[in-house]
Amino acid sequence: MTRQALVPPIAEVPPEVEQLRVEVRTFLAGELSGGRFTPRCDAWLAGWDEEFSRALARRGWIGMTLPPEYGGHGRSTLERFAVTEELLAAGAPVAAHWIADRQMGPSLLRFGTDQQKQRFLPAIARGECFFGIGMSEPDAGSDLASVRMRASGGDGGWILDGTKVWTSGAHHAHALVVLARTEAVDPDNRHGGLSQFIVMTDSPGLTINPIRLLTGEHHFNEVVFDGVVVPDELVLGTIGNGWQQVTSELAFERSGPERILSTYPLLAHVVACVRLSGDGSHHPQMGALLARLWTLRQMSLAIASSLGGGVAADVPAALVKDLGTRFESEVIELARLVLDVEPDPTSTDPGARLLAQAELHAPGFTIRGGTNEILRGVVARAVGLR
Amino acid sequence: MTTDLDALEAGVADLLSDLCTPERLAAVEGDLDRQLWEALESAELTRVGVPEEAGGSGGSLAESAVVLRLAGERAASLPLAETSMIVGPVLAAAGLAVPDGPLTVGLGEVTAQRSAEGWRVRGLLRRVPYGGLADTVAGMATTADGRLIFRVPTSATKVVAGRNVAGEPRDDIAVDIDLPPTSVAAVPEDAEREIRLRGALSRAVLVAGAAQAALDLSVRYAQERMQFGRPIAAFQAVQQHIAGLAAEAAAARAAADAAVRVCGHGFGSAAAGLAVAAAKARTAQAAGTVAAIAHQVHGAIGMTQEHPLRFTTTRLWAWRSEWGGERQWTQHIANVAVSLDDQDLWPMLVGM
Ligand SMILES: Cc1cc2nc3c(=O)[nH]c(=O)nc-3n(C[C@H](O)[C@H](O)[C@H](O)COP(=O)(O)OP(=O)(O)OC[C@H]3O[C@@H](n4cnc5c(N)ncnc54)[C@H](O)[C@@H]3O)c2cc1C
Repeated sequence: MTRQALVPPIAEVPPEVEQLRVEVRTFLAGELSGGRFTPRCDAWLAGWDEEFSRALARRGWIGMTLPPEYGGHGRSTLERFAVTEELLAAGAPVAAHWIADRQMGPSLLRFGTDQQKQRFLPAIARGECFFGIGMSEPDAGSDLASVRMRASGGDGGWILDGTKVWTSGAHHAHALVVLARTEAVDPDNRHGGLSQFIVMTDSPGLTINPIRLLTGEHHFNEVVFDGVVVPDELVLGTIGNGWQQVTSELAFERSGPERILSTYPLLAHVVACVRLSGDGSHHPQMGALLARLWTLRQMSLAIASSLGGGVAADVPAALVKDLGTRFESEVIELARLVLDVEPDPTSTDPGARLLAQAELHAPGFTIRGGTNEILRGVVARAVGLR
Repeated sequence: MTTDLDALEAGVADLLSDLCTPERLAAVEGDLDRQLWEALESAELTRVGVPEEAGGSGGSLAESAVVLRLAGERAASLPLAETSMIVGPVLAAAGLAVPDGPLTVGLGEVTAQRSAEGWRVRGLLRRVPYGGLADTVAGMATTADGRLIFRVPTSATKVVAGRNVAGEPRDDIAVDIDLPPTSVAAVPEDAEREIRLRGALSRAVLVAGAAQAALDLSVRYAQERMQFGRPIAAFQAVQQHIAGLAAEAAAARAAADAAVRVCGHGFGSAAAGLAVAAAKARTAQAAGTVAAIAHQVHGAIGMTQEHPLRFTTTRLWAWRSEWGGERQWTQHIANVAVSLDDQDLWPMLVGM
């Protein structure tokens, strides 16, 4: 019996990738000193800054892996990895283009028609087309296959009725990728009869209502579809193949550096404080966390380089997301001990502020993109337990 | 004794369940719930633990802890801890009357000098709970020859508003005022230590209450929320999570109750110091785990402003770091432990 490797082979990073990191750091230092952003935790959810996204696009750092004929830059997955990692580590505001760049680019490239590619990919790469993900519904969270959003076929198009929730960034996005039922549920094949649609957010019949986070921030939304017409040319991929398409994207969604680095700005601040204080009492804990981070990066990088080669990586991705998101929360524990401040989102002290951001956003780390319990189910199945 | 506490608990729980509904909590967010204060006041529950001679309702520390724990469980928006457990009793012990209305307390850098009428008090109190909204704020000042406790109407101070992660007011208060001798009293050197211990104990008690609320909400939600055709409570992963939450809530409650019992004999002893340190550190540990599990069980909806879970979890995060975070209190315990001879560690732990 051959055992499946849990993690793809460790990646060899070519020198031009490391050169790219230097360029990104130089750019970020300039933006920071120019006061164009303030580092924050969870900036890939909370840092919506279209100006900043366009500045990145001008440097060719959005849609990096897309082919040049679609406005992309033909760079490698590892090059994209390096750029996103640098941006996240700096706490830069990358939320606006995040979904378009991470998910829609690759997904359109794989499943889109040539017309769809022409229409969306160049705009994505210019930082001018932002996407949201319309998968979850009030009764379809972990059990995604139970989505109720109904898409009925008519002549030349589809009519969508239903409600999506937790749709991050929908209120700013130009389009959503929506999972809907195109056939009634078949109890013997619950994953059949689902399809993906690209829905423009200015479509008649589509209403976007804010759902405020517990902090009062507006990041995600309820999106109500009341007879929204979607033309045939905006069907993504094949009707009835929605489940396969969605699950094939999960590795992209789950294994990236954003599942590791949501609290890195806080960790960096903590290390800086320890350096200044000269107090060695927290060194063992700090070192342990840095060892975890070092290892997590290697795992995430290994998956990124295997994704470039088209290998299925959903199991390694599930493992990395489970480990990575728990690491993100552990950073908070160290920060509380070292900083010993009362967290306050409005504080002028960066420690109190970063800690409050991390603390208040942390519950989402192990929920969004598939809960850790569901991820462990994936791993349990892979190692042969069910 | 126990039955008295049970009766008190039942009465307070009844009163609060009507007055601290999620709708009410949302309406008074960031504010001091005056309506609730009045209701507690007429039930003589705002100054339990403060002797009657000083204007309190009398009662033991254990009784004031019951009221406070339930206030924590219901996320009540008022400076009850400050009034009844932290500074009310200390003002009374110093011979000062405890004024009517919400009373709060802060520490900071304050000095006092004799003036024609009494004392000139100047300085800054930091992160004072409901500072700008309470009627009276108390603090400690340093003089040329010792320490004073003082109280001053908040209207006579300058308030810089601040917040904790639960949105509760935590204001900086600047004082620069002449106070009459009836508002100022000399206190022994260890009065500040007592205030710090009472502050930490109050947060341990509040966390124990909030942990219970998080458990109740999680159990209820797990039984209601359906996924994959069954309540999520049917999944062993969810059961194990909630069982872990229950254990942490139980530990928080035990630590808080035990510390209250020890401190019922006074705050002056080393045993009281250790009990408060252990209870504060342990409840802070529990707070993090409890909030994380409660959120995990609730999924995305628990992270929203509309859902009542946040009233509890944001307070768990806030309270665990107030009146000294884990670092300070675990260090205290470790310092005591290493300062002892080998054969004295066990007696320290068992208290004799
Ligand atoms: C910050 C944030 C942003 C998000 N953004 C988006 C977005 O842009 N687009 C989008 O479509 N969705 C988004 N989501 C939704 C996210 O995908 C869902 O929250 C997630 O899939 C879980 O669903 P749920 O919240 O309904 O929890 P539930 O599925 O109700 O789960 C509740 C609890 O039960 C557990 N559970 C459920 N089933 C099982 C099982 N079989 N075995 C063991 N345990 C189980 C879960 O692990 C969890 O602990 C976002 C969520 C968050 C928190």
